Amino acid sequence: MRLVVVGHGPAAHRLIETLAGRGFSGTVTVFGEEPRPAYDRVALTSYLSGKSVEDLTYPVPDGVTVRTGVRVTAIDRARRVVTTDAGDSEPYDVLVLATGSAPFVPPVPGRDLPGCFVYRTIDDLDAIREASRGARAGVVVGGGLLGLEAADALRGLGLDTHVIEMSGRLMPRQVDEGGGSVLRGHIEALGLTIHTDAGVRSIEAGQDGRVASLVKPDGETIGAQVVVFSAGIRPRDELARDCGLEVGERGGVVVDEGMRTSDERVYAIGECALAGGVVYGLVGPCNTQAEVAAERIMDGDASFTGADMSTKLKLLGVEVAQFGAMSGALDVTYMDPVGGVYKRLFISDDAKTLLGGVCVGDAAPYDALRPFVGRPLPGAPSDLLFAGAGGASAELPDDAQVCSCNNVTKGRICAAIADKGLTDVGGIKDCTRAGTTCGSCVPMLKQLLVKSGVDVGKALCEHFSHSRAELFDIVNVRGITTFSQLIAEHGTGRGCDICKPVVASILASLGRGHILDGEQAALQDTNDQFLANIQKNGTYSVVPRIPGGEITPDKLIVIGEVARDFGLYTKITGAQRIDLLGARVEQLPAIWRRLVDAGFESGHAYGKALRTVKSCVGSTWCRYGVQDSVGMAIALELRYRGLRSPHKLKSAVSGCARECAEARSKDFGIIATEQGWNLYVGGNGGFKPRHADLLASDLSTDDLVRTIDRFLMFYIRTADRLQRTAAWLENLDGGLDYLREVIMEDSLGICAELDAQMERHVSTYADEWRTTIEDPDKLRRFVSFVNAPGVPDPSISFETERDQIKPVLIPLEVTR
Amino acid sequence: MTVLDATPALAGHWTPVCAYTDLLPERGAAVLVGDRQVAVFRAFDGALYALGNLDPFSGAQVMSRGIVGTRNGEPTVASPMHKQVFSLISGVCVDNPRVAVPTYPIRVTDGTVEVSVA
Ligand SMILES: Cc1cc2nc3c(=O)[nH]c(=O)nc-3n(C[C@H](O)[C@H](O)[C@H](O)COP(=O)(O)OP(=O)(O)OC[C@H]3O[C@@H](n4cnc5c(N)ncnc54)[C@H](O)[C@@H]3O)c2cc1C
Ligand code: HEM
Ligand code: SF4
Ligand code: FES
Repeated sequence: MRLVVVGHGPAAHRLIETLAGRGFSGTVTVFGEEPRPAYDRVALTSYLSGKSVEDLTYPVPDGVTVRTGVRVTAIDRARRVVTTDAGDSEPYDVLVLATGSAPFVPPVPGRDLPGCFVYRTIDDLDAIREASRGARAGVVVGGGLLGLEAADALRGLGLDTHVIEMSGRLMPRQVDEGGGSVLRGHIEALGLTIHTDAGVRSIEAGQDGRVASLVKPDGETIGAQVVVFSAGIRPRDELARDCGLEVGERGGVVVDEGMRTSDERVYAIGECALAGGVVYGLVGPCNTQAEVAAERIMDGDASFTGADMSTKLKLLGVEVAQFGAMSGALDVTYMDPVGGVYKRLFISDDAKTLLGGVCVGDAAPYDALRPFVGRPLPGAPSDLLFAGAGGASAELPDDAQVCSCNNVTKGRICAAIADKGLTDVGGIKDCTRAGTTCGSCVPMLKQLLVKSGVDVGKALCEHFSHSRAELFDIVNVRGITTFSQLIAEHGTGRGCDICKPVVASILASLGRGHILDGEQAALQDTNDQFLANIQKNGTYSVVPRIPGGEITPDKLIVIGEVARDFGLYTKITGAQRIDLLGARVEQLPAIWRRLVDAGFESGHAYGKALRTVKSCVGSTWCRYGVQDSVGMAIALELRYRGLRSPHKLKSAVSGCARECAEARSKDFGIIATEQGWNLYVGGNGGFKPRHADLLASDLSTDDLVRTIDRFLMFYIRTADRLQRTAAWLENLDGGLDYLREVIMEDSLGICAELDAQMERHVSTYADEWRTTIEDPDKLRRFVSFVNAPGVPDPSISFETERDQIKPVLIPLEVTR
Repeated sequence: MTVLDATPALAGHWTPVCAYTDLLPERGAAVLVGDRQVAVFRAFDGALYALGNLDPFSGAQVMSRGIVGTRNGEPTVASPMHKQVFSLISGVCVDNPRVAVPTYPIRVTDGTVEVSVA
C-alpha cells in the first residue's frame, strides 16, 4: 500500500508513529510545507526561551520518507496522485490530509505591512524576534489562549505589550466573566495593557514603510512596531475544496467517525478536519484522531466520537484551567480578588453530579476534579473548591482520564506502573505516552507513582534519588570529599551529565579542593574542565575578572595586547568586563599566563558561580551619589569571587536611588541610602525578568555583608539544580518573611554554620587559573589532540568581520 | 599488559595514539588519525571506547570534551555543546535515535592505546 500524507505537523507525526509502532508494511511519503520536519507546536513559545529546533523536533520513524519544504498543490482523486510545488507528483492508494490550520487575519487595512505577523511556526517566531530588535511596543490582536501566549512572548522580547480582545473578557472560550476579570488583574499587574470590547480600524505605516501604529475603532492610536494577529484559526481545507471533497459551511474537511472524508481513500485528521461538526483546536483530540485513522488504515475499527476540550495552562505566570461544561444549574464560587484567585464549579440540579469548572490563579482543582466530570461529586462542593491543595483528596476511579492529550486513563497508568515496575515519570511516558504532550498531567502522574508506593519527586536523575539540597546536606554532614564515595554510598551506577556537575558544584561550594584536582576533574562540564566558556565552533572565551568594572589604563592595555597577540575577538560584556573570544584549548594556558602575570584572575564567566558585581559611578564622582558604590562593589566581588552555586550569581551596587547599576535585576542588588544600604534579593533578567525584592533597609556595611553571606549560603544549601535565586525565592515556603526569619533572626539556629561556611570560602579562595598554570599535570590536558599536542584543531577557522575574527562554521550534512 | 578490550571484527589497520595512562578515568581525549578526529574515552571500569569527535548537532569537533556517565547501565557521553547524550557502545544518540556518531575499534597493546579507522 502506498500511503501519502499531506502536511507534517503533530497530527501527521502521531499518525506515522502509530503506523510504525503497529508494523505498517506499506510505503509512507509525507509532504511538509515547512522547511523542517514536524515539531512540537504546543511548546512553540519555548523556542524563544532557549529551546533549539532540535529540542522541539519529533524523530521520524525509520522507513518513512519525509519531504520538507514541499507543498502539495493539487489532488487528482480520479488518477489518485498528488502534485507538488516542486513540480513532481506522487501516486497514492490511501491519502491522509493533515494540513492543520492557519491563523485568521481579519481584513483590516495595513494588515500586510512589514511588522505584521502571525504566531504559528518557528519561522514566524524567528521573524518576530528579528523585528523586535529595536522595537519598543507590540500589539497582539486577539486575547484568547494563543493571543496571550503570543503576548507573553512579546513581553519576553522586551516589548511594551498590548492585547486587543473583541469580547468583553480575556480567554472567552476558557473562562467566565468572574475568571476573566481576575485574569485581567494578574496580567495588568505584569505591565501589559489590555483593551477589551475593542477591535482594529487600521494599521498605519511610518516613514520607513513599516508598522508604526494601530488605530482602534474608537480612534485611539497605539504606537507599536510589531503586530501579531491571533484572532482564531481557520482549517486549511483548500486542497479538499479544490478536489471536490465535502467541506463544512464554516470550513473543515468533513469526516466520519473513522476520520474518512467523502472519498473512502482519503482521510483527514487534526485541525483541518471537521469531526462531528467540530474542528478541534487542541492537540489532544488531534492525536486521538491520528490514532483512529492509523487503526482504520490498518483495517481496525477504532472511532473518534468527540473529545475532552479541558485545558490547563500557565500563561504569564497565571494558572488558568477549564474542564467540562461552563454552565450548570448550580454552582459554587470562590473569589479572592486580592490574592488573584477565582474558582467556580458547575453542578447538576440535584447537586449530585460534577459538570465542570473554571479556575484562575490556582488550578489545583483541575487535576483533582477533571476526572470526576459527569460522575458523582467526590465530596462536599465547598470542600472541592480547595481540592488538590491539601483539602479533600479524592480517590479516582480507574476509568478516569488522567492525560487528556493522549487519552490515557488512571487504570492504564497504574497497570503500567505495576506490571513494568516503573519508578519514574519518564517510564510512564515511554510506556503509555501520558505526559508527553502539554505536560499538565505530570503532577498527577507523580501522585499515581507515590500512591503505587514509588518514592519520587525530588530525584536528581537516575543515579540519585535525592534532591540537590539533600545531597548538599549529605556531603556537608558526612564530610564526603569524592563523587565515587558519594555515589557508592548513596547512589547507583556511575553518574551522568546531570548529577556529576551538581556534585562538583557542591564539593566546590564546601571548599573541598581545586575543581580540577584528582577525580573532580572528571565531574566538570567542559566549561569548568577548561576554565573557559565553550563557543559554537569549539573554541573558548577568556574573561578576566574586573571587580566592580574598575580597571587601570595599564591593565586595559594588557588585555588589548593579549587579544592582539593571540588574534582574539574582543567585546565588552553587559557585566562591565571584557570578553576575549576564539581561543583554542591549547592557547588557553599561554593566554592566562600573560594575564595572571599582569595581575588578572579568573572571572568565572564559565562557572555556575559568582559572575560580577557591577557598579555605577557612585558618590566619589557622581553629583547625586550618597555612598561609594564602586568601593562596595569591589569589596563584594572580591569577597564572593569563586563561590560556586546552583546557578550563576550576579550582583550590582548603585550609589543612590536613581539605580544606574540596575541592581534590582540581580540575584542580590544593593542600593545606597543616606543612612546605609538597601539589600534586594531574587532578581534576574532574561526571558522572565523579575525585580529583586527588598530584604532589608538602611543596613550598615557590616550588617549588609553578613546578611548577604547568609543569603548566599542558605541559597547554595537549599536550591535545586540550575535554580536561580528568583525561582528559589518564589518557591520558598513562607517566601521573603521566612527568609528574613532564617537569616536575620536565626529561627533555624543555622546562622553560625552559614557564617562559618562563608568564612571558610573567603579565607581559602585561590585563583583557579593561577593554580592551574602552576601545575604541569593540569596543563597537560590543555591540548587539542593527545597524540599531537602542538597541532591546532584543523576544523577551526575564521573569517574577518568589522576588522575582527569571526568563526567559519562547517555546514552540517548529518542529521536529517 | 594485555589486551583489555578489542573489537577485532571490523578492525583493519591499528594506529597507536597515546599511552593508556594518558587517559583519565571517565574523561575523553581527542586524537588525530590522519585527518580524522577521534574521541577516545576511558570508562570507570577501565574499558575504552572510540567515537567520531564531530558533534552532529553543532558541527563542532568536541565530543571528547563531554561528560562520561551511564544511562540505564549503558556507558554514555553527553555533548558539551547542547548536552545530547550518546551511547559509547553504539554511537547512537539516546535522546534522538535517528542521529548517531561513528564508532571505531579500540584496544590496548602493551600499555599503548590503538584505534582503527580503516
Ligand atoms: C503557539 C501555540 C500554542 C499552542 N498551545 C497548545 C496547548 O497548550 N495545548 C493544546 O492542546 N494545543 C495547543 N496548540 C494547538 C496545537 O498546536 C494544534 O492543535 C496542533 O498543532 C494541530 O496539529 P495538526 O498536525 O493538525 O496541524 P498543524 O500543526 O497546523 O500542522 C499542519 C502542517 O501541515 C503543513 N501543510 C499545510 N498545508 C500543506 C500542503 N498543502 N502541503 C504540505 N504541507 C502542508 C503546514 O505547514 C503545517 O506544518 C497551540 C498552537 C500554537 C500555535
Ligand atoms: C539562561 C539563559 C542564559 C544563558 C544560557 C546565558 C549564557 C551566557 C554565556 C555562555 C555567557 C558567557 C559568554 C562568554 O564569555 O563565553 C554569558 C555572559 C553574560 N550574560 Fe548570559 N546567559 C543567559 C541569560 C542572561 C541574562 C538573562 C542576562 C542579563 C539580563 C545575561 C547577561 C550576561 C552578561 C552580562 C554576560 C557577560 C558576563 C561576564 O562579563 O562575565 N545572560 N551568558
Ligand atoms: S545610581 Fe546615583 S550615584 Fe550611581 S551613577 Fe546613578 S545617579 Fe550617580
Ligand atoms: S494532559 Fe497533556 S500531556 Fe497529559
